[in-house]
Order: sequence, then structure tokens, then C-alpha cells
Amino acid sequence: MNRTSTLYHDRRHRRWNERSRTFISAILALILLASIGIGSWLLGSSGLSVQLENRNLAPSFLHLFGTDWLGRDMLSRTVKGLWLSIRVGLLGAACSVIIAAAMGLMAATLGQTADRIISWLIDVFLSVPHLVMLILIAFVCGGGLKGIAIGIMLTHWPSLARIIRAEALQLMSTDYVLVARKLGSSRFTIAMRHLAPHLLPQLLVGLLVLFPHAVLHEAAITFLGLGMSPHQPAIGIILSESMRYLSTGMWWLAVFPGLGLLLTVRAFDKLGNHLRQLVDPRHTHL
Amino acid sequence: MQLEGRALSWRYGNGPWLFQNYSITIQPGEVVGLIGPSGCGKTTLGRLLAGYSKPLTGEVKVPGRARNHTGYDPVQLIFQHPERAVNPRWRMAKTLTEGWSPDTELLESLGIKEEWLQRYPNELSGGELQRCCIARALGPNTQFLIADEMTTMLDAVTQAQIWHTVLHHASVRQIGLLVISHDHALVSRICTRTLTFG
Repeated sequence: MNRTSTLYHDRRHRRWNERSRTFISAILALILLASIGIGSWLLGSSGLSVQLENRNLAPSFLHLFGTDWLGRDMLSRTVKGLWLSIRVGLLGAACSVIIAAAMGLMAATLGQTADRIISWLIDVFLSVPHLVMLILIAFVCGGGLKGIAIGIMLTHWPSLARIIRAEALQLMSTDYVLVARKLGSSRFTIAMRHLAPHLLPQLLVGLLVLFPHAVLHEAAITFLGLGMSPHQPAIGIILSESMRYLSTGMWWLAVFPGLGLLLTVRAFDKLGNHLRQLVDPRHTHL
Repeated sequence: MQLEGRALSWRYGNGPWLFQNYSITIQPGEVVGLIGPSGCGKTTLGRLLAGYSKPLTGEVKVPGRARNHTGYDPVQLIFQHPERAVNPRWRMAKTLTEGWSPDTELLESLGIKEEWLQRYPNELSGGELQRCCIARALGPNTQFLIADEMTTMLDAVTQAQIWHTVLHHASVRQIGLLVISHDHALVSRICTRTLTFG
């Protein structure tokens, strides 16, 4: 009996291999992203206006996620907040990946002095907690959307840069790169034509793993009140404001935006992890 | 205008010395054989002469090599394992033209077929890849060629064909050749001078 159930389990496990699981999570993540984007565009800004006659309504068919203490539709706010967070996160993560790629390639190709400086820089950035650094940079840049985006860009690259550097250094010692040097290729040519194509899968995985990180950090810093202005419907602001009303029983103010954030982050985190296992069976620990 | 290694020494880590104060000179157009048992440091010597590693003592003097080792190196090394000496993501056409553009005459004399050029390295055999590596290393600025077990993986007929072409180019262009091999018969057949190593 026991053996049959194990066999059955094995067979079911085999039907969904890593490749198809990655594919399914990619489709789900894309559907989520598209529905948030299109939803934010379709909903318009009417739901964001203050309607005092509709204050504090519980979820109903008219207002699926309920309304807040100013009568604003929570569905509109949640979707628009998520879309804003996703855009900031995507921008921050993409720029982080570009910085990481440039740093890793420079460390590997520009010689030992450059490698030491960049490794030191990576260690310095990693030794300070992400969030503290992010708050500091966002504050220096004057807060707001720009401050957060720059903060995320400048704080998320070191862990990926370290992986890219190690991979690039390994590639630099392969015979074909050594031959390329002897055939007169410059360091830049080698970085662009030999190293970069090999590192592309790593960078893609890096982007997908950094993206949920960036979204969470954006929400966290906005929640702490250091991010965007309260007029913008950011997920962090919505959650932070809802804290005051939770004790009066208005659970829908925090539950739906929180669930939305959780779902988005989890979807991309899962996709990133699946892709990481596909690209590198030895696991790249970010 | 000779390739000269003077008082070269090498060891890996704190291990025993592979060779100490070893000196070697290769004249243009000369074919020198280097014979020795496995693990005695033949390949390492070849890598030092080609500038892939810096000798622990002594120096390698090459006419026309830039001090910071940039640009096309006049000493080219052909590896024992060609599959590691080509980028697995590049088609052969790109690999062949990395340092210079070999003419069809050279490609034909080495037996490189045109249809190979559009293939990836894993679609060619070791011998086919090695011919491409040889063509790649025979650029107009090559003055010395170090052949590290270059034809070990080939059958006798192909081996003869490739050596015929390489020796022809070496004598026409006065390229100095260092043939690293286990094969006494091959070395005694093609080399003007033989060094026993180790």
C-alpha cells in the first residue's frame, strides 16, 4: 500500500518537471503582471477621488475591495499601487542588474587592482543592511519616486555583482579567452563578445530574483514614510495608513492590498527560483 | 629575430621544480622537437614561451611582443585539446576570423570544408576543430608556432596532411616551430633539432 502511494507520487512528480513548472510560473506571473497593468489603465482615476458619501463601506459587488475612510475605492487604489510598485521595482532591478554586470565584468577584465577595488566596494555595500542604505540614499536624493528608484538601483547590485565577477573570472581563465588575448582582442572585446553572452542567463535570473526584493523594499520604505508622497497610491502608503483604522474593524483596508503585494512578490520569486534551478543546477545563492 | 627563453624556472605552488634555469632558443624557420615523459613540464614550458604565464625566474624574449602583452602575439600556441580552445557559443566562421581572415587556399590545404564554417564547435570532431585552430594561429604576424601535441588525436593520414601544410607555411614564411610531442617517429621525421626534456 505504502509502496503504491510512493510510486504514484513519483509519477505525478515526474509529469511536472522543472521545465514545465518554470513555464507555468512564467505564464502565471505574466498574467498577473498584465492584469495589474491593464487593470490600472482601465480603472482610470475616478476611483481615487474622495466620495464622502461612500465612506467605510465593507467589500460588496459595487466596491469589491471596499472603500476607505475618505470613500476612495480600494480596488482602484490597490491595483494602481501595485502597478506603481512594480514599475519602481522593475526599474530598480533592471538598473541593478546593469550595474552588477558592468562591475562584475570590469573586475574580471581590468586587472587585479580594479578587481580589488570592486571587491572591496561589494563588501562595503554588503556589510551595511539593505534597508538602512536604501533609506539613506532615498533621503539624500530628496525622497519621492526618484529617490526610491535611485536607492533601489544603488543597493541591490552587490550580491549579483559578486556572482557575475566569479563567473567572469572563471571564464577569463578558459583556453579560448587566453587564445583571444593572444590573437589581439582587447579587454573590452573579450568582455562583450566572449563573457557577456555566457553571463546572460545569470543576469536574467538575477533580474527575476532581484525584482521581488526591490518591490518589497519599495513598499517597506514607503510604509516607513520615507518614500513617495501620500497622494500617490503606493502599496506601502496604503498599508501604513490602514494601520490606524484596523482597530475599528476595517480589515479590508489592509488585507486586500497586502494580499496583492504578497501575490506579486511570490509569483516572481517562484519564477526566479525555478529559472535559477534550470540555468544553474548548483544554485546561485543571491 | 629569435625566440629566446633564458634561465626559465617553474613549479606549481610549493611543489618540486619542473625545470630550473632552462634555456631554449628557436631560430626563424627552424623546426625544434621537444620530447619528454608525461608530466615533466613540456606544456608548461610551451605556455611560458607563448606568454600565457610568467616564468618564476628568467625571461622570454620575443621580437615584436608588446610589453603589456596586448595586440597580436608573434608566438602562437596550439593546444592539445582544441575543443577547449574555441568558444562553444561561436560558429566556426567567427572563431576562424578572430585574429585575422584566413584565405580559402589555406583553409583548403588544411582540409577545412566550407560547410564547417556555419557549424558550432560541438558539431565538429576533435580533428576538424584542431585544423580550424591551426588556421586561426597562422596569421600573417605569426613568427613562432608552438605545437603542443597538436596532431595526437588524428589518424596517420590526416596527421601527415596537416604537418605537410604547416611545415610548408613555416618554411615559406620562415616561422620557427616548436613541436612538443611523445611521438619519437614524428619528431625525428620532421624536426631539424630535437631536445630531450625532463
